[in-house]
Amino acid sequence: MNGLLKFITCGSVDDGKSTLIGHILYDAKLLYADQEQALILDSQVGSRGGKIDYSLLLDGLMAEREQGITIDVAYRYFTTSARGFIVADTPGHEEYTRNMAVGASFADLAVILVDASRGVLAQTRRHARICALMGIRRFVFAVNKMDLIGFDKAAFDAIELDITRLSAELGLRHVTVIPLSATEGDNVTKQSDRIPWHKGPALLPFLETTDISPDAPEQGFYMPVQRVCRPDSTFRGFQGQIESGNIRVGDAITALPSGEGAIVKSVIIAGREAEAAEKGQPVTLRLDREVDVSRGCVLEKDSGIRVAKSFSASLLWMDDAPLVTGGEYWLKIGSKLLPATVTAIRHKVDVNTGEHVTASALLKNEIALCDVTMARAAAIDAFGAHKTLGELILIDRVSHATSACGVVEGVDTEKSGAVFDDGTRQVALELFDIFYYRPDLHTIVRKSHERIVYRVGDDLPLVCAGYSYPENFDVKLDDAVLKVRRGKFTGFGPREEEVDLLNERGFGLNGNTLEPYEKYRSIAFEDGDFYEI
Amino acid sequence: MTHLDELEAEAIYIFREVAAECERPVMLYSIGKDSSVMLHLALRAFFPEKPPFPLLHIDTGWKFRDMIEFRDRKAAELGLNMLVYKNEEAAARGINPFDHGAAYTDLMKTQALRDALTKHNFTAAFGGGRRDEEKSRAKERVFSFRNENHAWEPKNQRPEMWKLYNTIINKGESIRVFPISNWTEHDIWQYVRREGIDIVPLYFARERPVVRRDGNIIMLDDERIKLRPGESAERLRVRFRTLGCYPLTGGYESDADTLDAVIEETLAAATSERTSRVIDNEAAGSMERRKREGYF
Repeated sequence: MNGLLKFITCGSVDDGKSTLIGHILYDAKLLYADQEQALILDSQVGSRGGKIDYSLLLDGLMAEREQGITIDVAYRYFTTSARGFIVADTPGHEEYTRNMAVGASFADLAVILVDASRGVLAQTRRHARICALMGIRRFVFAVNKMDLIGFDKAAFDAIELDITRLSAELGLRHVTVIPLSATEGDNVTKQSDRIPWHKGPALLPFLETTDISPDAPEQGFYMPVQRVCRPDSTFRGFQGQIESGNIRVGDAITALPSGEGAIVKSVIIAGREAEAAEKGQPVTLRLDREVDVSRGCVLEKDSGIRVAKSFSASLLWMDDAPLVTGGEYWLKIGSKLLPATVTAIRHKVDVNTGEHVTASALLKNEIALCDVTMARAAAIDAFGAHKTLGELILIDRVSHATSACGVVEGVDTEKSGAVFDDGTRQVALELFDIFYYRPDLHTIVRKSHERIVYRVGDDLPLVCAGYSYPENFDVKLDDAVLKVRRGKFTGFGPREEEVDLLNERGFGLNGNTLEPYEKYRSIAFEDGDFYEI
Repeated sequence: MTHLDELEAEAIYIFREVAAECERPVMLYSIGKDSSVMLHLALRAFFPEKPPFPLLHIDTGWKFRDMIEFRDRKAAELGLNMLVYKNEEAAARGINPFDHGAAYTDLMKTQALRDALTKHNFTAAFGGGRRDEEKSRAKERVFSFRNENHAWEPKNQRPEMWKLYNTIINKGESIRVFPISNWTEHDIWQYVRREGIDIVPLYFARERPVVRRDGNIIMLDDERIKLRPGESAERLRVRFRTLGCYPLTGGYESDADTLDAVIEETLAAATSERTSRVIDNEAAGSMERRKREGYF
């Protein structure tokens, strides 16, 4: 028995996705008798005039059956003698691209249908591109409706050439092309003698035997912390799922973003004490000392994962409301939820040709490479290096819609914004960002300060139309304060005077006294969220 | 990791996400085998802490007696906060499964559930729904958003990518969460066996008092069920594949009185399990309709 295969079917409208899966389930005798009965009954009122309409097996929503289309992704579970399968059948309409992407994020392999009578369409290309974007590495192009073109080899060869070109453009490495007929059953579960010129296996036997092991494991150990488990004052454990590598009692780990080190004191796997745990397992880890770790932090060992505030990402926009560059969204990445801004659209990607197009707006169902800046530094990485820390969604702060999904392409560790340099250290802060209200969007928009380095004695831009800073203030850093006196940067040091105290984003902290540093530390940790102003 | 380990890990991940991000979670507890598996997973997810949310049972007043006894025993054994809610107003009006059909289901299940969730201001509710059970469930997200009327909007579900669940809601809105969405009936039984999970004895064949009615075998669980003309009480060796209200739950003649025998019989079965729930066959799309009205 081979390992479970999660796959999706996608492709343009009416290419026969639901019919194909329905036919596999039917032919492979994977239907329970009552489902079969319901299918036959439904078909009598369906669109194929009494013949079995296999798609009715999957189009489970009333609106779908009324309109004869697939709106949302359906999951089906079946097992043959060779393998267990979960298939996500996805909609072909451009309108429902986001639901197709939901299925793609879940799958190890994509079966992309191509209508032999229509060839490779824009929607075929869009789906292949989104599958590749969401991390699918294995592709089957099922050239369907071969019966409509008389099982013509030359026509198939021409389509196969288009598929080869598309695969090269997307950098797909594992690609298989199979000619078939989903309604008639040719090359679906068994090889068809009506397509003798095709030598490869039929679709189901191929899916049953194909190897889905990953090309290379991710580097090191890492676990995003989901929650802190504190049943009583003696126990403090960090709960999460191990995303790569393994961990055992006695291992030295690093907590990110704080960078603190600790030794693993005990490991609990799903409720039971253990010596060690590995990738995929849900664990509770206890450490040998107090470290600054909460939900959203990452525990890692030898992974090379970095802490950064900004990154570039390929985004698939899914919201009816277009992207607002400079506007703040909720960003969910790993187990972290924090405000973030898409600062720029570098370029859009033409779904059909793959061309990079300059753009000022990003609309629903479009893909673009964008720059994103988070409200705070966090442990993130490129999708290709540590998948779980490179997957993200953006959530609209008013409608709460999931506006976009995307993957981190590059992590930007170079300091941006206002950089303060006293000759021995450099600190980048979000001072002097401009906030303004966009009444058309009901949103406060933030415009980041471009990268400028200020040295000791330099005048600072304390007043403009969008903000006004006091003449004298301190900015609270982790170990010291940054001092501004009479409008000039004067250096770093301990807090000595009762001037205004700001956090690293330029917001005032409570009080301006000289009370001990610890007090400000807790305020700053809880503050941070932009929406509170 | 085996397939069951992966399903377990996925469910635990989901439990923890909800506990970490949702303000007032609750776990729906229906006493069936899926609920037993859910409870087992919840205990594991938070160990050594207890699950940081209460359990809620919607009692119609017509559950099998064995179920109620099992519920109370489990709550006591595990020291769980088990809330029980019943639509007392409808019960006082005499609403019952024999005379009121669809209205009974609506009042005692759907409306009772809505009222209970509203009463306690729960913002997230775990349910044991699985996508292999029914066609509209096959379409539902793991985190299923509900509007202020608890209604599901199937044409406008939030996209759900990878394990990145969007749990942000406005006041009055809520989320139904299905940690075992990707389990099949087969997986449930395998896991029950592997983990030695306690389940209600009704799942095992035993001689029970029953009546044959409309093609179903209905158990005579108490004196409130009256025989119709032409019907007669029988004693048959039966078991149940799903548990609900006894007058609405069909049993099967069976000799499977051990877990292994039950699993063997289940795997060989030629009908999917919800057929034995009378309410699902009322009309095509009935489950979807009820979910849009606020049912699980």
